Amino acid sequence: MGKYIKFFVVGIFFGIVLVKSEAVSWYRIFEMFKFQSFHMYGIIGTAVGTGIILLMLSKMNKVKTTEGNTLRVPLKERGFTRYIIGGTIFGLGWALCGACPGPMYILIGTGAFSISIVILAALLGTYAYGLLKNKLPH
Amino acid sequence: MEYILQPWPWYISGPCIAIIMFLLLYFGRTFGMSSNLRTLCAIGGAGKRVEFFKFDWKSQRWNLVVVLGAIFGGFIAHYFLSNPINMDLSEATINDLTALGFNDIGQSLLPPELFSWDAVFSIKGILILIIGGFLVGFGTRYAGGCTSGHAITGLSSLQLPSLVAVIGFFLGGIIMIHLIYPILF
Repeated sequence: MGKYIKFFVVGIFFGIVLVKSEAVSWYRIFEMFKFQSFHMYGIIGTAVGTGIILLMLSKMNKVKTTEGNTLRVPLKERGFTRYIIGGTIFGLGWALCGACPGPMYILIGTGAFSISIVILAALLGTYAYGLLKNKLPH
Repeated sequence: MEYILQPWPWYISGPCIAIIMFLLLYFGRTFGMSSNLRTLCAIGGAGKRVEFFKFDWKSQRWNLVVVLGAIFGGFIAHYFLSNPINMDLSEATINDLTALGFNDIGQSLLPPELFSWDAVFSIKGILILIIGGFLVGFGTRYAGGCTSGHAITGLSSLQLPSLVAVIGFFLGGIIMIHLIYPILF
């Protein structure tokens, strides 16, 4: 049980940040896709910028994980089709219900229980992908 | 305390998200929220029928713990660390939503027009949530990641596939908001 506590704490921090930044809000996602505010671009931009610096520093200093391995980011498989088609399908859904997977869970904590319908539908969508995986171009 | 109760600016929130990503990598894991959907399918027994869900889901329990924490974090932030919500949305967004027939814009995290129980129990309302959620679940697994896995982790590690995926995210989002919303509302 003890080894899970750090993940729980990171999760709490994640939930707080996404609520306080309003990134869990449907309105902010609508505004982002309308290009009417810098807010979401500022969040994603500074997250990526900070992320690049942190990963570069950890590489230069050969940082080890708590499990003793070299810290590294899992590499995505090469490809194009799955990323552009899959990404577009996700984008359509993200804009329609205003929530990507992280915020879906977090919104439950804010008492927005109707989001659980979105989560159930997302599970169904994931299952459908699993069923069709071998028939889809990747 | 007043600074915490106010909405957090983007230049605080963004770096915080990067730190979350880095901590998970430092713990020997990775930042990916949509993977939990696959894990939940596997726990539900999907592995008996579909190869894609036949994996050792117990090795993914740490990520479900992140989700539990995130739910709790959402609870804390919303009920204890927030002033009443009054989002500082742009004038243009408020005008556009008013034109689409939305009211009380930015007075809650989610628009009552889509997420109140009245809306949920209308045919159009429930279809929007179900189709939206389905596309998110299908698309994230097809693309192999969502905002956390591709936009934050993938772009931070300068991976080309993630850039393609993020371009897809925006392509889909723009099509939905600019072309499909005017038909829906």
